Amino acid sequence: MQATDLRAEEAVGRPATVPGLGRPLRSEEMVVNMGPQHPSTHGVLRLELVMDGEIVVDVIPHIGYLHRCFEKHAEQMANYQQVIPYADRLDYVAAMSNERGYVIAVEKLLKIQVPERVEYIRVIMAEFSRIVSHLIAIGTYGMDIGAWTPFLYCMRDREHVLDIFERTCGARLLYNYMWVGGLSHDVTPDFQEKVRAFCTYFRPNIKELNDLLSYNKIFIERTANVGVLPAEVAVNYAVSGPTLRGSGVKWDLRKNDPYSVYPLLDFEIPVGRGEKGTAGDCWDRYMVRVREMEQSVNIIEQAVERLPAGDVRAAVPKRIRPEAGDVYVRTETPKGELGYYVVSDGTASPFRVKVKSPCFVNLSALPAMCRGAMIADVVAALGSIDIVLGEVDR
Amino acid sequence: MKEILIDLLGNEILVYTLMALVPLVWVVLFALFAVWWERKVSAHMQDRLGPMRTGWHGWAQSIADTLKLMQKEDIIPAAADRALFILAPYIVFTASYAAFAAIPFSAAYLGAEINLGLFYIIAVSSMVVVGLLMAGWASNNKWSLLGALRSAAQIVSYEVPVALSLLAVVMVTGTFDLQEINRMQSGSILNWLIFAKFPLLLAAFLIYFLGSLAEVNRTPFDIPEAESELVAGYHTEYGGMRFAFLYFAEYANMFAVSAIAASLFFGGWNSPFGEFLSGPVWGAVWFLGKGVFFIFVQMWFRWTLPRLRVDQLMYVGWKVLTPFAFALILAVGAWMLAVR
Repeated sequence: MQATDLRAEEAVGRPATVPGLGRPLRSEEMVVNMGPQHPSTHGVLRLELVMDGEIVVDVIPHIGYLHRCFEKHAEQMANYQQVIPYADRLDYVAAMSNERGYVIAVEKLLKIQVPERVEYIRVIMAEFSRIVSHLIAIGTYGMDIGAWTPFLYCMRDREHVLDIFERTCGARLLYNYMWVGGLSHDVTPDFQEKVRAFCTYFRPNIKELNDLLSYNKIFIERTANVGVLPAEVAVNYAVSGPTLRGSGVKWDLRKNDPYSVYPLLDFEIPVGRGEKGTAGDCWDRYMVRVREMEQSVNIIEQAVERLPAGDVRAAVPKRIRPEAGDVYVRTETPKGELGYYVVSDGTASPFRVKVKSPCFVNLSALPAMCRGAMIADVVAALGSIDIVLGEVDR
Repeated sequence: MKEILIDLLGNEILVYTLMALVPLVWVVLFALFAVWWERKVSAHMQDRLGPMRTGWHGWAQSIADTLKLMQKEDIIPAAADRALFILAPYIVFTASYAAFAAIPFSAAYLGAEINLGLFYIIAVSSMVVVGLLMAGWASNNKWSLLGALRSAAQIVSYEVPVALSLLAVVMVTGTFDLQEINRMQSGSILNWLIFAKFPLLLAAFLIYFLGSLAEVNRTPFDIPEAESELVAGYHTEYGGMRFAFLYFAEYANMFAVSAIAASLFFGGWNSPFGEFLSGPVWGAVWFLGKGVFFIFVQMWFRWTLPRLRVDQLMYVGWKVLTPFAFALILAVGAWMLAVR
């Protein structure tokens, strides 16, 4: 709505006048703390809202409540493998994707090639974690807008993926599954069958989700034209992932900087086109996630058909001691571009592990989306960039 | 019923007290039931079970919850306005409960036989706003204040279309007396006012129902207590028994608006089968059943729909429902003139 901008001008500019009073009525802005204990900040984030009535004049995110010294921990580990469980805990709803970036970085340092079977299983797992992450993003987003039921439907579908993870590596949330050079376990013999069953089960549920939430009139009213992030602003803020693609920028590292076996697989990159409002609004970002889930199902189906035979631990090195040097590896996680800069000094443990967190970068664009909006729009905008505080704070 | 009781007990004050307590007993039982029921309805809509541990399918859950709330420490925030903070829940509850005086539960029971019953209900139920504003202001919490201001704005705005749609009914029936309106609808299901001047009063019902959802703060108009934005709205700082009272008032209010819908549009205590299964006792059963059905519809909405934003809510209230309600009154008036 163009009205948002007008409201913002009113909010900042003119003091309200009361007829007959003879002087402008004194009013002041109110500072409200949203969080760190607030149901819609998706974790321990504190937003300092400068409010003029219901209208947001400014948003200042305060982060660090979930800082766990990931980078320092990584330097203190006895070896490279011990970092993997910590990498799991960055974006804890999509742990497979995090550990994948890290192991690829270490493999690059070691200059080892992993077997094709490992690559395919990693792709399947990473795409599954994309589905899981997007399901949570979509479900909690519905909850932010006030619809409770889709959240539980999303959680129901998520359980099926977690069951597959559990059958494969015994863990449901934090896996430590991808090892440097391979995987901790091979998949079970009925893995392909289970995965195919999930794909057939899940496709109609995406349609159900669209019927329930995506195309709900009230939902569109609440999200279309809200929290608009134009493509140019999005690029200037260096946002990535669905937040960037929602603004209509076709940028996905799986296509633009291909790694693993993605070039062999056939899939599309959905982008926001402003179907229900302006390109780059909350609805576009939301819908990009829904469509990415469909694409992930496609990728999984293709990968599971081509899954070659082999030993998943064949290339796992006995002793990891890379030559001195550094490497930067970026992968497309559900949240965006997750980068690992790993420096080796030739010893058994990493000298430095720097994480470029997509959530952190995406969060920085929040004030640009929220100025002049209403308090309910802040919730909508924050939900639509889908942050996980574990990754913002590291 | 009043005359019989006076004959029986011989003391008018005692009788009036008894009469006033009847709806209270119902409201207490209903609130206990409705809290449990809402949890079960939402659970089954969401592919889960809801409370299962306290008794068969968790039937005693709300009793356990009430006991827990009663035992809680009574906390009043240090910076709160003590007097207002303590008073607010009672005002909210009293205003909600006062409406029950004019609601006819059956042909034989009506708390206060006043011929301006409907008018009285509209008047007293707007007192709720005062209590909510007090609660929000006295809590000395910015979220509570925002929630209270939203409630006040919302309830005041939606009273306009609600009152106008009720006015359409009054035009058709020619009386404010709910008991009289109920009597007019007896006989056949086709005498129910929802079918009168078809489809004009059906439209009045739809406007009333949407407006009443906003008045009782239910989805899609549950903005004052929008959990994802305002934490818990005006009752953020309340705990223990005071919280229970606010909650209790909310359910009482939900039943009150449903009961008015049942009385005015769906025959009140009249049986849908004409004379079959009618009479004072069956009347109460029908009336309560209809009321509870509308509560179910409210729950159904709540667990299906997202929530509107504050300005969209005002838009719907002032620019959609109110003009439609005016047009409706005009249409009803024109029809009445033409037919006469």
